[in-house]
Amino acid sequence: MNQKKKKIRAIVRKSERIAENIFSMELFTEEPLSVRPGQFVGLYPDGEDKLLLRPISICEYRKETGILRLVYRVQGGGTKEFSGWKEGKETAFLGILGNGYPVEEIAEKAGGETGSVLLFGGGIGIPPLLALARELSAKTKVTTVLGYKTEETFLLHEFEQYGPVFTATEDGSCGTKGTVLDAVRENGISGDVLCACGPTPMLRAVKHFAEGRDCYLSLEERMACGIGACLACVCKTTDIDAHSHVHNARVCVEGPVFAADRVEI
Amino acid sequence: MEKTAEKTNRPDMTVEIAGVTLQNPVMTASGTFGSGMEYEDFLDLNRLGAVVTKGVANHPWEGNPTPRVAEVYGGMLNAIGLQNPGVDVFIERDLAFLKEKDTKIIVNVVGKTVEDYLEVVERLSEEDAVAMLEINVSCPNVKEGAIAFGQDAKALSDITGRIRRVSKKPIIIKLSPNVTDIVLLAKAAEDAGADALSMINTITGMKIDPESRRFVLANKTGGLSGPAVKPVAVRMVYQCAQAVKIPIIGMGGIANAQDAAEFLLAGASAVAIGCMHFHEPDTALQVVDGLEDYLVRQKLSSVRELIGAVRE
Ligand SMILES: Cc1cc2nc3c(=O)[nH]c(=O)nc-3n(C[C@H](O)[C@H](O)[C@H](O)COP(=O)(O)OP(=O)(O)OC[C@H]3O[C@@H](n4cnc5c(N)ncnc54)[C@H](O)[C@@H]3O)c2cc1C
Ligand SMILES: Cc1cc2nc3c(=O)[nH]c(=O)nc-3n(C[C@H](O)[C@H](O)[C@H](O)COP(=O)(O)O)c2cc1C
Ligand code: FES
Repeated sequence: MNQKKKKIRAIVRKSERIAENIFSMELFTEEPLSVRPGQFVGLYPDGEDKLLLRPISICEYRKETGILRLVYRVQGGGTKEFSGWKEGKETAFLGILGNGYPVEEIAEKAGGETGSVLLFGGGIGIPPLLALARELSAKTKVTTVLGYKTEETFLLHEFEQYGPVFTATEDGSCGTKGTVLDAVRENGISGDVLCACGPTPMLRAVKHFAEGRDCYLSLEERMACGIGACLACVCKTTDIDAHSHVHNARVCVEGPVFAADRVEI
Repeated sequence: MEKTAEKTNRPDMTVEIAGVTLQNPVMTASGTFGSGMEYEDFLDLNRLGAVVTKGVANHPWEGNPTPRVAEVYGGMLNAIGLQNPGVDVFIERDLAFLKEKDTKIIVNVVGKTVEDYLEVVERLSEEDAVAMLEINVSCPNVKEGAIAFGQDAKALSDITGRIRRVSKKPIIIKLSPNVTDIVLLAKAAEDAGADALSMINTITGMKIDPESRRFVLANKTGGLSGPAVKPVAVRMVYQCAQAVKIPIIGMGGIANAQDAAEFLLAGASAVAIGCMHFHEPDTALQVVDGLEDYLVRQKLSSVRELIGAVRE
C-alpha cells in the first residue's frame, strides 16, 4: 500500500496552453503508480542553477494509460521552463508525495449516496480537485464551485461530467461576481462535507463557512526536500504534531490535505 | 563470489576521525537528512560513512515561521530555526531507528545556553550507539545561543572546554563561516579540546522579491548552502587544515565525487553532503561510489592518500 518514494522517469506526451499562463502537461510513466487525489509530484527544472523541486499536484492519473496529468500556472523560472517542454522530453520527478484526500472517509462522512460533497477550487488550486471529483462522484453527490480571475476559465467543462458546477470570477465575467462563497450564497448551494484547494484567504473563508461540518483543506508551503526530512514546509496545527512534538505538521508528508479543524491558517 | 574478489581490488575507503573508524569518508550534513528515515526509500544507509542527524536540543523547539526556504542561484537559503523534538524523543525514536544500521551515528547538538548543550551532551554520552557529537555553535537562524558561541573565540573556547569535560564521546565543533578569520576559531576550538572540526555551516544571506518588495524568508535572513558556497568552503577547509592538527569534516555544496575529492585534497578527512540531497536524494551514495572510481582512476590504494594532498 505504502509505495516507495523515488525519482520516477517520465516522458512528456503532450503539453498545451489551456488558458492565460496555464498549461496542461501529460507525462507517461512506465511503472504503475498508486495515486490518491490531492497528492503531488516534485518536478525539477533542468537549469543547473535551480536546485529545488517544484511541487505540482496531480490533476489526473490513469493506470490504464500510464498518463499522469499536471496542470500548472507559469509562476517563475521553473514553471516557465516546464511550459517550454515538448513532446518527447524526458525527465524524472520525485513522487508520489503527500497524503492526498481520504476519499472513502469523505464519502462516508458525507453520508454516501444520499449525501453530498462540496468542492471549492480557487485559481491554480483547481487542478487536483478534478481527480477528487471523479473518485467521489462514484460514491456520493458532488457539487463543484470554481473561482477564476476572469472568463478565461480552465478545466471547467471537465468537472461538469461529475456533477453540477458553479463559477465565480473576480470581474464577474463568468458566473457570480465575487468569491466562491458569493457563488454559494447566490445559488443556494449546500453540501455535507467540504473540500477546498486554493489561495489561503479562500481556505480561511471556507473553513469559517464550514461551521462544524467536516472540511478538508489542501495547503501550500515552500518546500526543499519534499519527503519530510528538512522541516521547511510546516504549518501550524492545533494539536502536538507526531514528528517534532511541537505544533508544526509537515505539509509535504502529513499534508497537503488537512482536516480544517487541525490547522491554523 | 565474484563480487568479493572484485571488492578486494577496490581501494581502501576507510578513514579515522577521533579514534572512530568510518567505512568511508562520506556523511550526511546535519539538518538536510533528518535522522535518515525519510531517505531510506532512496539509498541504503548501511553504505554511508556516517549519518549526521538534525540538531537536537534538550526540549522540543518550534523553529521559525514560514517561508523557511528560498531558492537562489546555485543554492538555497534556509531559516528552519532548528525545529526538533528534543533529546528524549530523539533517543526513543530516531536513535532506536539508526542503531539498527551499519553506519556511524553522529548527533548534532544545539542549545540556547551552555547548560542546554551540556544537558544534551550528558544524555547522549550514555548512549552506546552514538559514535560522536557534533556541536552546532554556528546556526545563523536562531536568535539566542548557537551562533553567538561560534563567532567569538573566547566564547567558543569556553563552551568547547566545558563540553569536553562532560562528554564521553568525541566532539566535533561545527564552525561558522560568518567570521572574519575562521582559523582563529578553529585554533580556539582545538586548544579547548575539540576532537575534530566540521565546516562550513551556512553563510548568512538574504533574498528580496522585487515584485512584492518583501523579504522572501519570514526570518528575513537565512543560511546559504549549495554549489554556490563550495569555493568558500574549500578555501576555509584548506586554511584550517594548515593551522590545526585535528581532523576536519568538509562540506558546502558537494554534489558529486569530484567535489568531495576537492575537499579531501584541501585537507578534509571526511566530507558531508547537504542540500544536494534535495536535488538528487541519493547524492551521498553516488559520492561513495564515485569516489571509489576516482581513486581507481587516480591509481590510489586508499582514500587517506588524498587527504591534504593538493599539489602546489
Ligand atoms: C503541495 C503543492 C501543490 C501544488 N500544486 C500546484 C499545481 O497543481 N499547479 C500549479 O501551478 N502550482 C502548484 N503549486 C505551486 C507551485 O509549486 C509553484 O507555483 C512553483 O513551485 C513555482 O515555481 P517557479 O520556479 O515557476 O517559481 P519561482 O517563484 O521562481 O520559484 C522559486 C522557488 O519558490 C518555490 N515556490 C514558488 N511559489 C511557490 C508556491 N506557491 N508553493 C510552493 N513553492 C513555491 C519554488 O518551488 C522554487 O523553489 C503547488 C504547491 C504545493 C506546495
Ligand atoms: C535545510 C537545512 C537545515 C540545516 N540544519 C542544520 C542543523 O540542524 N545543524 C547544523 O549544524 N547544520 C545545519 N545545516 C547546515 C548543513 O549541515 C551544512 O553545513 C550546509 O548546508 C552546507 O552544506 P551543503 O551546501 O552541502 O548543504 C542545515 C542546512 C540546510 C540546507
Ligand atoms: S519539504 Fe522538507 S520537510 Fe517538507
